[in-house]
Amino acid sequence: MEPDQYEYILDHYKNPRNYGKIEGADATYEEGIPSCGDVVRIDVKLNDGVIEDVKYSGTGCAISQASVSILTDSVKGKSVRDILSMKDEDMLSALGKPISPVRFKCALLGVKVLKKALLAKTAS
Amino acid sequence: MERAAQNKTVFDPLKLREDFPILRRRVHGKPLVYLDNAATTQKPNAVIDALKNYYETHNANIHRGVHTLSYESTLMYEEAHEKAARLIGAPDWRSIVFTRNATESINLVAYAWGLRNLKKNDEVLITLMEHHSNIVPWQMLRDRIGIRLNYVRVGRGGELDLDGLRGLITERTRLVSVVHASNVLGTINPVKLIADAAHKAGALVLVDAAQSVPHLPVDVIDIGCDFLAASGHKMMGPTGTGFLYGKPELLESMDPFLYGGDMIEKVTMERSTWNELPWKFEAGTPDIGGAIALGAAVDYITALGPENVAAYEDELLGHALGRLSEHEWIKIYGHGGGERVGVISFNVEGVHPHDVAGVLDEEGIAVRSGHHCAQPLMADLGMDYAVRMSFYLYNTKEEIDLAVEAIKKAKRIFG
Repeated sequence: MEPDQYEYILDHYKNPRNYGKIEGADATYEEGIPSCGDVVRIDVKLNDGVIEDVKYSGTGCAISQASVSILTDSVKGKSVRDILSMKDEDMLSALGKPISPVRFKCALLGVKVLKKALLAKTAS
Repeated sequence: MERAAQNKTVFDPLKLREDFPILRRRVHGKPLVYLDNAATTQKPNAVIDALKNYYETHNANIHRGVHTLSYESTLMYEEAHEKAARLIGAPDWRSIVFTRNATESINLVAYAWGLRNLKKNDEVLITLMEHHSNIVPWQMLRDRIGIRLNYVRVGRGGELDLDGLRGLITERTRLVSVVHASNVLGTINPVKLIADAAHKAGALVLVDAAQSVPHLPVDVIDIGCDFLAASGHKMMGPTGTGFLYGKPELLESMDPFLYGGDMIEKVTMERSTWNELPWKFEAGTPDIGGAIALGAAVDYITALGPENVAAYEDELLGHALGRLSEHEWIKIYGHGGGERVGVISFNVEGVHPHDVAGVLDEEGIAVRSGHHCAQPLMADLGMDYAVRMSFYLYNTKEEIDLAVEAIKKAKRIFG
């Protein structure tokens, strides 16, 4: 993998989009990967089953943090159903660089947390 | 084994590498550079062949029946105990209990000795340098019976605070359980001196030797420890192998750990009596093939000479420390001098350790990133996570140079 392929990931890692928290969020979830310590929290504001606003916070490696930044940038205006039906490949192909299988759990942490936030909301 | 025997005087890593089939494999199109030996080590043909030979030729359960295969496998299994005993200078092979790993060895002591012999407010002294395997079992006893668990501190240079240790050994201290070589910093602790201090206060001593037995000469009589926990898979044996050494009179006095087949002398409907050592602690059918293959690993390391392995790894360590120190943006933890095994934990300024390890993996280089199962130590040293390189007898200086180049690439990309 040559350095320039990391450009998109690095941009999101160094200039995170939608970083922060939402006061009075409709759904919030936080989860980490115990073996490597990455943590992601996602706050969602919903309007009639559609994501109106989303913010994330957390710490971790470039892959996990850039992935969640890229994710949050793409989900505003999408329905809860759209998000819950997202496939792993949808997330992986959005990163602009092939990701080695050993890093899948980093790249997929954000989408996992977002789905759990929405599922918890749906259940309540 | 003949080749290894010839190498006893001339240690030739390039020749040794031919004994390890996995070192011929490529990862992401690049030759594998395996620098994660503190996690587990690769296996030579001698070990793989021993496993294969056992299942192809001798496989039968031990200590049962009179048929030939059972007799052969029993002898081979017992011989593996003898080999492990000789490696660590234990005079009696019956003082060697085979386990799945060093973690199970420590748990055996916690359950079979600790639960029966420790009382509320008794103290167990460990150090901040311990692997989780030598912390969590004692926390279990603290929660169950109210023992106190105390920690010896670690200085910035990576040495145990020995003055502090002497102060923490009190008349209530019943056990000092200490790691021989740190899996994070590589520090070789003065276990003989620690055992001496503990014994003067009437405490027993357990040495966690998972990272020392594979890499340097270890002698339980010289150390004077009461228990020693060792890993098989970290010294070229199969995964699922490890052992515990205990002084025979102590093992005799202890309760069993697991209960069932092969650990009994006689069973009636009302009660049972225990088998002789070490079978009292080896309930159920053990990993016979694994144990025999571990014996082959012991043969391999014995033929090379643990002192030669230690000298060569020290050379690798010196080379790696030199190369890594060329860059002020690489922070190395706890290498303030003093004796070390070939383990280096470090961080690259501005780059998450996971990203460093990710770039190295793309170059075919295996290193560990994370908390190394030693979270209290990592937290104390102010690093939640780090990259770790750890060496073994088949590594070369050229491999270390490749790793340093890949680290520079990670810095260029992410730094």
